[in-house]
Amino acid sequence: MPPASALHKVTPMKMIRIAAWALVAAVLLFTGASYFGLTPLREKAASFADVGGPFTLASAKGGVVDSASLSGNPYAVFFGFTHCPEVCPTALYEMSTMLAKLGEDAKRFRVFFITVDPERDTVAMMKDYMANFDPRIEGLVPAPEQLQKLAAGFRVYYAKVPTSGGGYTMDHTASVFLMDADGRFAGTLAYGEEASTREAKLRKLLAGR
Amino acid sequence: MKHLKDIAFAVLLTFAAVLAAPWAGAHDTAIKAGNLVITGPWSRQSPMAADVAVGFLTIANTGQEDDRLVKAETAISSMTQIHGMKMEGDVMKMFELPEGIPIPAGGMVELKPKSLHLMFMGLAKLPAEGEHFTATLTFEKAGTVEVQFDVLAPGAHMN
Repeated sequence: MPPASALHKVTPMKMIRIAAWALVAAVLLFTGASYFGLTPLREKAASFADVGGPFTLASAKGGVVDSASLSGNPYAVFFGFTHCPEVCPTALYEMSTMLAKLGEDAKRFRVFFITVDPERDTVAMMKDYMANFDPRIEGLVPAPEQLQKLAAGFRVYYAKVPTSGGGYTMDHTASVFLMDADGRFAGTLAYGEEASTREAKLRKLLAGR
Repeated sequence: MKHLKDIAFAVLLTFAAVLAAPWAGAHDTAIKAGNLVITGPWSRQSPMAADVAVGFLTIANTGQEDDRLVKAETAISSMTQIHGMKMEGDVMKMFELPEGIPIPAGGMVELKPKSLHLMFMGLAKLPAEGEHFTATLTFEKAGTVEVQFDVLAPGAHMN
């Protein structure tokens, strides 16, 4: 045990050394934490095939749609809301046009339009709204907690954005999610993508390739 | 010489395309408000059961001073907002522009699909294809002006 005076003598040097080691430890800790923090993201990328349901949601056509009952046929899922003047109707009309074009080839193909605004979009309202589009597009209305689970499953972002007059609009992921006959994620139709590209992707999905 | 001709032709074609393409079916008469020239106001029939509709138009500022679209009102909507829209990755973001839209001196601003638009909210009755409705636009400097929106088919000018 060194005398107290000796301890006192080396203090300035020791302080610096302690500080240096503390810095090293902090850097290591931080790096380690970010590494572990990043792990779930990497898993997310690796588990590409996990994108999707399962879901059991109220349908605008009445009753519920259980994703488990969909196996055997490919289907598509996208998200939106009816208080949307521009992008959602456009996406729905584009999908209707595409389905008409695919015709018989897409006879058993089902497309689900899931509202991210269940607060305003009731089943009854969705029923009237969906009547504007191809009958193969089915409106689904999740309860708020179902929506949260669904969004996590599909890696979908949605958020309420307040506007003046006490109203709000919704931000949301605009991609169309394609699911193959085994219910596995098979890719997306991106927002603003060329119609020919979308058609090619859908034909590939329908052909089971 | 030949090059000059080609260039002149190309310029002409460009003008023709710009004039003809996006606003087919909309008014071709320009509305003037001070130094502003407003062309082609159009809307689109919304899906039944919706209670919102959209409005697009082009505003050119021929003056030396910046101006700003600050407000839009119609008799058919209980509220009209000026909205922007952008994509962030695969997420569509919609937002109100409470400050309106600047119309820079010598510049032109297009309200068009997948971009800036007027949002007519709280519609008692949806404007149908072939109908028209009037809106009053208020600019910071040019004052107020009435414009008439042509209602086009659902899904018109989708791309």
